[in-house]
Amino acid sequence: MAERFREGFRASAPYAVASLLLSFSFGAVAVAAGLSPLAAVVMSAIVYAGSAQFASIGILAAGGGVGAAVAAAALMNSRFLPMGVALGPSLPGGRLKRALQGQTVVDSSWALALREDGTFDRPFLFGHSAGQYVCWVTGTALGVLGGGVDSRALGLDAIFPAFFLALLIGELRKGTRTSLGVALAGAGLALALVPVTPVGVPVLVASGAALVGLRRT
Amino acid sequence: MRIWTTIALVALVTFTIKGLGPAVLGDRELPAAFSRVVLLLAPALLAALVITSAAADGPELRIGADTAGVAFAGLLLLRGVTVLPAVLAAAVMTALLRLL
Repeated sequence: MAERFREGFRASAPYAVASLLLSFSFGAVAVAAGLSPLAAVVMSAIVYAGSAQFASIGILAAGGGVGAAVAAAALMNSRFLPMGVALGPSLPGGRLKRALQGQTVVDSSWALALREDGTFDRPFLFGHSAGQYVCWVTGTALGVLGGGVDSRALGLDAIFPAFFLALLIGELRKGTRTSLGVALAGAGLALALVPVTPVGVPVLVASGAALVGLRRT
Repeated sequence: MRIWTTIALVALVTFTIKGLGPAVLGDRELPAAFSRVVLLLAPALLAALVITSAAADGPELRIGADTAGVAFAGLLLLRGVTVLPAVLAAAVMTALLRLL
């Protein structure tokens, strides 16, 4: 258990550094959007879900209401529903204990802890998530302090997609031809929905491409 | 106040969404079809996240410097470059293209 936790913590290093840069830009963006430095750091510490944080702050910055900001965050996070359903069977304990363990899921910890048989390496997931969490909160604090940095000029907005691309390519390397087909279908579905649905919905619908797995092979 | 309310509600919503699946489905054997879907969930979700964050700004499709930066990172990753340098290269390439 402790061994796999340490293993996950170590394996998180490159992802954690990337998320340091990402949360740095979150800190800068949040302060520019009118959050106090404390609010920005608290948000990263208690929400710990990057895409939802960016989406909701973006809406507040554009003058949107609390309801719209929270709805955008919920949609952005909706992918954690199928991810949580996938993880559930690998978690021991009562309902509350499992729900608490589910909080450690972030995209990279989830993808890397997934084993070839569809179950999850639990201590590895926790270790990876711990490394990410420390960097996520630290990076936000640094971004707040470095306020006034133009994160677009530094190209920091390319970090988020590049980070997911790295995870995707890793996933496709260990996957089959079906994984590649599903990835292409997911990307195509999402792209087609972007102009016609609220943010977050394209990604949720794209997860439906995985249902081809129901077919017997 | 508006900001703190938003933060509290976003935290609550995130907690609920992340906790729901594990609370409902716990500690059990997986049917084979379930495992196959789970394994395919990762490529579907990740590909959708990449494309919506690299080729769109909110509800608009937009190919920009960041799209090129991410594509460059993709080439590096396919050539065996590891995560961190590839991610940094995406940012540097994007920043350089914006300077032009």
